[in-house]
Amino acid sequence: MTLLSRSLLAAFALSTALSTTLAGPGMAQEPPASARAAEAADGETRIGVIYRPVPPPSSYDAEAVPQDEGVAAGRMAVADNNTTGRFTKQTYALDEVALEGGRSAVEAARELVGRGLRYLVLALPADEVLAVADAVKGEGVAVFNTAAPDDRLRGPDCRLNVFHVIPSRAMQTDALGQFFRLMRWSKMFLIVGPSDNDRAYAEAFKTSAKKFALKITAEKPWTFGPLARARGDTPTRSEAMVFTRGVDYDLAIVADEAGDWGDYLPFRTVDARPVAGTQGLIATTWHPTLETWGAAQAQNRFRRFAGRLMRPLDYQVWAAVRTVGEAATQKKTSDPKVLVPYFSDPAFSLPAYKGVALSYRPWDRQLRQPIIVVQPKTVVSVAPEQGFSHQRTPLDTLGVDEPETACKLR
Amino acid sequence: MSRGARAGLALAGTALATLAGLVLAGPAQAYMVYVTNEKGNTVSVIDSTTLAVTATWKVGRRPRGVTTSKDGKELFVCASDDDRIDVLETASGKTLRSLRSGPDPEQFILGPAGNPLYVANEDDSQVTIIDIEKNKILAEVPVGVEPEGMGLSPDGKVLVNTSETTNMAHFIDTTTYQIIDNVLVDARPRFAEFTADGKFLWVSAEVGGTISVIDVAARRVIKKITFKIPSVTDEAIQPVGVRLTKDGTKAFVALGPANRVALVNAQTHEVEKYLPVGQRVWQLAFTPDQKLLFTTNGSSNDVSVIDVEAGKVVKSIPVGLLPWGVAVSPN
Repeated sequence: MTLLSRSLLAAFALSTALSTTLAGPGMAQEPPASARAAEAADGETRIGVIYRPVPPPSSYDAEAVPQDEGVAAGRMAVADNNTTGRFTKQTYALDEVALEGGRSAVEAARELVGRGLRYLVLALPADEVLAVADAVKGEGVAVFNTAAPDDRLRGPDCRLNVFHVIPSRAMQTDALGQFFRLMRWSKMFLIVGPSDNDRAYAEAFKTSAKKFALKITAEKPWTFGPLARARGDTPTRSEAMVFTRGVDYDLAIVADEAGDWGDYLPFRTVDARPVAGTQGLIATTWHPTLETWGAAQAQNRFRRFAGRLMRPLDYQVWAAVRTVGEAATQKKTSDPKVLVPYFSDPAFSLPAYKGVALSYRPWDRQLRQPIIVVQPKTVVSVAPEQGFSHQRTPLDTLGVDEPETACKLR
Repeated sequence: MSRGARAGLALAGTALATLAGLVLAGPAQAYMVYVTNEKGNTVSVIDSTTLAVTATWKVGRRPRGVTTSKDGKELFVCASDDDRIDVLETASGKTLRSLRSGPDPEQFILGPAGNPLYVANEDDSQVTIIDIEKNKILAEVPVGVEPEGMGLSPDGKVLVNTSETTNMAHFIDTTTYQIIDNVLVDARPRFAEFTADGKFLWVSAEVGGTISVIDVAARRVIKKITFKIPSVTDEAIQPVGVRLTKDGTKAFVALGPANRVALVNAQTHEVEKYLPVGQRVWQLAFTPDQKLLFTTNGSSNDVSVIDVEAGKVVKSIPVGLLPWGVAVSPN
């Protein structure tokens, strides 16, 4: 039940940067005394991050989820905010809560809000995002959802105080749908895993298929268990090998959000067909091979900062924390009463290594953003694709548009 | 480069200024155009009269910013991934030495006297000032996140650095190395260029899609130039490199993936036309006589050549992989 406060870390990073400079030759730049006085008057902007660390793997796992996934980039974003803050006389700190055991996110959120925090970044599933949002309702708190892609959070279950940094499932499947349309691949074989999330992904894909005139020629449930997690020498049931026989399709679409079996399919289909969806060719926010639009700088900086590659959840937490910093810079204040409404103001924009400025859709608080379509070794394309236009911005061709939204913000 | 040549002319009485004067008066002069190829780890050398590549030199990893010494005998290349600046002999293409640049040098600008060199360290949120003769770091100035653009007032007294993620133009006093002021501009400022009279500063914003014209004395944005191209989405208009003619009439702005260079009236700030160039155009450099302008087109791996007077693209020259920066010899 420990509340891990790492705000010291941000302060440490900043002071290290300054002391390195002071130790260097020549004249060094220190924030002028007036800046420090203003800091005291204006106060420090504290941003809470609530996450549940994934337990380490029991044996070797080449792609084990890092313990600090997401939160590591929150630390980098606070350091970035503080670098800018030196010139705007604003300071930031991160309050980290790693939920251990059965500790509830609501309890952690209430404690942070009770200590005066007004920005909560959640790397948690949809139900917990909703519970936290409702628990802090009316407190002037902005909740950032960085990990739950559920469309219902942007639809019937939307909340006025929740800003979605992670793209919805609809945005992810629309990104793939646009790319398939562009490539004129039209026949889809949809394979759906056993979880609710897998079924939700499959539903989103079906909606995208309609939108982009793709045909689902077959749909089958995956019933062979987590074969992607099996060892190479494990005997495979023959049914899994012949499962794809007799289907007429261009592309196998796997709906496996947990990553249990989707990676089993590539090169094991009876006909030689590529695999896409949650594995194979995927739609995401970040990838180690992304290097355009300054992403190479972020990749390098993050690797130095965290000692590992930057992952999509890292990017999403970074973007959430930077949203606060960027709004504070643009509005020249750290007053949450000014900043929270500003996040979804059309004038707000967040540069975030995607070549265009990102912003939050006013109707459902979803961050509009380009989505990269990527295979394990390279970025294949970036959605929105050429030719998909929208009266507002091509970014709004991804996901649920204003006229179709089921969200009534309250 | 243009500023170097301009500064050279200002030093009336020196041998160099005399030489530069002769050059301007004479017939078409062959300048050497140096293009850094970010992924090729090379510099392509182009002859400005034949417009052909005459040599390709190997340099350090991820070469980006490039400039020549005042006498043109040396070429400075930011080898970003090697955390150093390579100094090449332009007569031979040999690397003579490397300068301590601080980590991840991206862009730099040479003082009007030919020393020191002001370097933006992109990964390290600082500007490093190097005495190039002694290979000694004179100062490190903390700036915003991801510093890149470097502009120097014609008198060399005010240095401006733009920070891509902080979105500011930082004004630095070059005698005290202190930040005088910070001006907020639009998202992802990539380049800073002073007008020849030193009164205004042009700062490009790649994601913001604008040029901020800043009154240097008041340190206030007085005008934001925007761009509109039929058949090109606003998102694809991403201003990066900016060059202004010495006579103060014309400005050229590289528009990235819009694959155009905007020709702007530098007096009225109206866009006069868009010149089609190669893909993802970033950096620009004039010949010292300002008759030609060279552009680096990263995605099409070539350089476009613009006739400044006619406002026309006259040639495209294939170079190495991912051309980034460009500099032209002063003589």
